[in-house]
Amino acid sequence: MAQHIERQLAQLKERILHIGTLVEEAIAKSITAFINRDKKLAQRVMLNDDEIDRMEVEVEEECLKIFALYQPVAADLRLVVSVLKINNDLERIGDLAKNIAKRASSVALTDGVELPPEILAMATLAQEMVRESLEAVVNSDSALARRVREEDDAVDEFRRQVREMVLAGIKAETEQVESLLGINAVSTHIERIADMATNIAEDVIYMVEGDIVRHRAGDA
Amino acid sequence: MPRDTEQTPPAAVLNEQPAAVGDRLLAVANGEDIPSEVHDRVREETPVLEIDRFSLWYGRKQAIHSVSMPIPHNQVTALVGPSGCGKSTLLKSVNRLNDLVQNVRITGDMRLNGDSIYDPRMDVIDLRKRMGMVFQKPNPFPMSIYENVVYALRIDGERNRGVLDEACEVSLRGAALWDEVKDRLRDSALGLSGGQQQRLCIARAIAAEPEVLLLDEPCSALDPIATGKVEDLIQELRGRYSVLMVTHNMQQASRASDYTAFMYLGRLVEYGPTSDIFTKPILRETESYVTGRFG
Repeated sequence: MAQHIERQLAQLKERILHIGTLVEEAIAKSITAFINRDKKLAQRVMLNDDEIDRMEVEVEEECLKIFALYQPVAADLRLVVSVLKINNDLERIGDLAKNIAKRASSVALTDGVELPPEILAMATLAQEMVRESLEAVVNSDSALARRVREEDDAVDEFRRQVREMVLAGIKAETEQVESLLGINAVSTHIERIADMATNIAEDVIYMVEGDIVRHRAGDA
Repeated sequence: MPRDTEQTPPAAVLNEQPAAVGDRLLAVANGEDIPSEVHDRVREETPVLEIDRFSLWYGRKQAIHSVSMPIPHNQVTALVGPSGCGKSTLLKSVNRLNDLVQNVRITGDMRLNGDSIYDPRMDVIDLRKRMGMVFQKPNPFPMSIYENVVYALRIDGERNRGVLDEACEVSLRGAALWDEVKDRLRDSALGLSGGQQQRLCIARAIAAEPEVLLLDEPCSALDPIATGKVEDLIQELRGRYSVLMVTHNMQQASRASDYTAFMYLGRLVEYGPTSDIFTKPILRETESYVTGRFG
């Protein structure tokens, strides 16, 4: 029994990490597509999202199967519950990457609007948070998960700066409104990605320590 | 205090998975004493029974090593642990059934509502009247259903028909058996199914209005449907009776009890609210037991 469930749990962890890899790739490509105005790459990101969606359903089915057949308790229970939630968050990150890619292929960014450095910085940081949160999943590392939680504030600050810059731009140069709105939307998506990475980190803390730290700022 | 020199740790524990088992269990396997992890919420409850540094030897073999634990009033407490961990011995010590075994020696004490169970002045028959016990195998007496239930009242000298009838109905209802047997109370109890027999034994036990109900693996001889009914019954007893139950079945402990105590080789390892023991136990040793990694 114990060996059997252990094998199932190991497979489950492998699958969630596979989704994690696909999602990381999707974010990186969508941001590159946005920066380089690469419509082809953006198209690829949008197509690949179907694969992420398909795998998300598979992982959810796997979790439900483990609940029904093995009735996991304690650490096993926490692992399956966390995977179920992380799975959901990863799928949503995939959707956000797809949204960024959509912007990259639709917004005319050819009108000479410079991308603000803040949006590049926040993109780098959000990607780092996703990478670290997945690493925390792999190594059951709640200390790393706590660091990810802390990093979210910096992303929020970048997001605020981008928004101010966009607002100022709109007030000053009305003909670039569409590009500016595009930049604004992408920064929102990146901020949401960082939020999802924070959720994943919080699930890791629950998985390892059994404490639900969500909605409890500052006690990390 | 005599040390147990004969007790050798099971080879499987030491050889196969020392890393997964955890330091405390290894220490226990090596014959060392460990501190018990008793959750605060257990201590906050009013105890009906207090087990106080209780140790027990069968001859030279020590079966229980200084176990201290309060058993909460009107709650269901489950004792779990691998075979030979001392959980049944501990249960049988509560109503001094171990007095019947030769060469048993004990130290420490247990107190039932403040009265020392092992006080030499304690009348064992009186003590057992204050507790009900239900065993693994249903053991209805070879008499009618009715006589089984009112047995304790009869030997106590109760003759009033009305009192006996009422006790019979109340107890059978309390044991969730009334509707199934009310039309055949005069039939032999041996004609009931295994699950019904076990619930009858519980009815017989609660007819005496015990201060504690002791259940020794009450479902291990029952099929899943009968097990489900007995578990439902145990849940219903909560709030009205203090139940101390030994079980091999981890899921039964998780479904039917309020508090769970994990024992290993005669020691109490961890004792806390069942919901915590099965979601986030404090010790990884407990975690490895409840998840089936060990034991």
